[in-house]
Amino acid sequence: MTDTNAPADPDIEHIQGAVASGDRPSAPNAFSALLTFGWRALLKIKHLPEQLLDVTAIPIMFLLMFTYLFGGALAGSTSVYLQELLPGILAMSVVFITIYTGVTLNDDIDEGIFDRFRTLPIWQPSVIIGALLGDAVRYTLASTIIIVLGLVLGFSPNGGAFGVLSAVALLLVFSFSLSWIWTALGFVMRSSESLMNASMIVMFPLTFVSNVFVDPETMPEWLQVFVDVNPFSHLVTAMRGLMHGTATTEEISVVLLMSAVLIIVFGPVTMHLFRREQ
Amino acid sequence: MNEIQQQRHGSIDENSDTEPVYAVETDGLVKHFGETKAVDGVDLVVPAGGIYGLLGPNGAGKTTIIHLLATLLQPDGGTARVFGHDVTEAGDDVRSRVSLTGQFVSVDEDLTGHENLVLLAKLLGYSRTGAKERSTDLLEAFGLTDAGDRQVKTYSGGMRRRLDIAASIVVTPELLFLDEPTTGLDPRNRNQVWEIIRALVDNGTTVLLTTQYLEEADQLADRIAVIDEGRIIAEGTPAELKASVGSGVLNIRVRTAEQRAEAERLLGATLDTSVERGSDPLSRSARVSNAEHAVRAFTKLSQSDVEIADFALGQPSLDEVFLELTDRPTDAESDRGVTQ
Repeated sequence: MTDTNAPADPDIEHIQGAVASGDRPSAPNAFSALLTFGWRALLKIKHLPEQLLDVTAIPIMFLLMFTYLFGGALAGSTSVYLQELLPGILAMSVVFITIYTGVTLNDDIDEGIFDRFRTLPIWQPSVIIGALLGDAVRYTLASTIIIVLGLVLGFSPNGGAFGVLSAVALLLVFSFSLSWIWTALGFVMRSSESLMNASMIVMFPLTFVSNVFVDPETMPEWLQVFVDVNPFSHLVTAMRGLMHGTATTEEISVVLLMSAVLIIVFGPVTMHLFRREQ
Repeated sequence: MNEIQQQRHGSIDENSDTEPVYAVETDGLVKHFGETKAVDGVDLVVPAGGIYGLLGPNGAGKTTIIHLLATLLQPDGGTARVFGHDVTEAGDDVRSRVSLTGQFVSVDEDLTGHENLVLLAKLLGYSRTGAKERSTDLLEAFGLTDAGDRQVKTYSGGMRRRLDIAASIVVTPELLFLDEPTTGLDPRNRNQVWEIIRALVDNGTTVLLTTQYLEEADQLADRIAVIDEGRIIAEGTPAELKASVGSGVLNIRVRTAEQRAEAERLLGATLDTSVERGSDPLSRSARVSNAEHAVRAFTKLSQSDVEIADFALGQPSLDEVFLELTDRPTDAESDRGVTQ
């Protein structure tokens, strides 16, 4: 280590002073603890901007690839296909990056900072929810990129700006809820690699065996059954509806209901694992 | 210093008038991990104020005990109280009094030192500006001001450890757990950490530290519990522990090789113990149970033909204590010599 890096020595008297003045303020409320953890997630993005590659480059790749590879064959023209594809690709990209929530959490646990958080007198779920709020920023960024690119390529949503924003809002709610599966797995899995692999096994069939790319009518019947119950298909249907102004209350309610179920089931599981020992 | 401690006791002591409230009090504490009993019936009493050392080799259960006390783990049996608050039933009360510096760096390596301290200060209830001021002050005290805006992953081992400890005293805890605070540090950084720990205690904080370095426990701790295989096998002040294996070792070095046998015989007879050979072919050492025996052995030697070139009466090291208690050497012994 060079001299410019050499730290100054600790100042023992100053430390004694610092210890003497470290009176405990009243504990923060749940909301400010939440915001602080959200702030931490943003700081991570600031220091590791390469993290954003998955929310920028991958969605762009997906959108361009599928539009121009399949558009002509599947819908006759790429611009027609884009109208159907864009909401699906948007949902797929964002839902895919929810995996990173679990991966980040898993890394945190390995680093030992989690033990420190767990010994703080704070509302404990704020550790997880705060991180999820930070992730929502990444989801929003990915959504913005896809929609802007889509508009450039000729995407014209009949639902207007309000429809598009509602679709994104619905997507954020679903992603937030889905993340609780990954947070639970983040505690269970031994390494972030194994977590990543496990998540991929779930995510690939969930997103590809859906109504994103093709009309389920063209599939064999047994596959249609799966596609029809696949929660992801319901999300895409509702988002298409919102963007094109044809969404029914039922379509939206189904997605909200699914989201609620995910949180009710995996929220407590995550918090149980959080409190439990490693 | 005592006044400060007294005040702290007074404020803590509110829920019991007669019995003293200990910083830590466990009764038959048990923790299993599958088949292994990591903690196997530990009765520990840590008085408030001062430094208490948990000494033991790797895997003895020291970290598990600390994790139980810091509410990171739930006990499988027995009870544990921190300043009178049960770790299972009053987790929040415990958490608001303790702070933990883990064995591995427990700060966020992606963030800067300053950001880490601000983050913790905010989570402990400081306002935005209050948190920044506290962080700046702590960085300065710990000699980290210049490194404050660098990511922690660029820090040296000693700097990380100091930041880690700074992070633990953003709010002064009543009880600070330090899990192997100097493992992996060079002697200079280790001495700095020792000084820091002593400074914390001067202010009235109780420190419970684990270590596998006998020298460290000896240097820092007011009382020591020796842990092996999840149990406490000895407890007391460093002096008491040493006294339990006799008052020390008598080392002599004879002038010529021919005198070795005679010296060995005389020492063995007067001290009634086995005489061991040292690394020096001319030296012999024997354990002495009290100083008077040593004097008698010297008298015998001086009356004989044996010429003594050199002698020393050494205090027993804690290594010897450990060896005596477990009949096997510590793992740490080979890693780091003990200077007495």
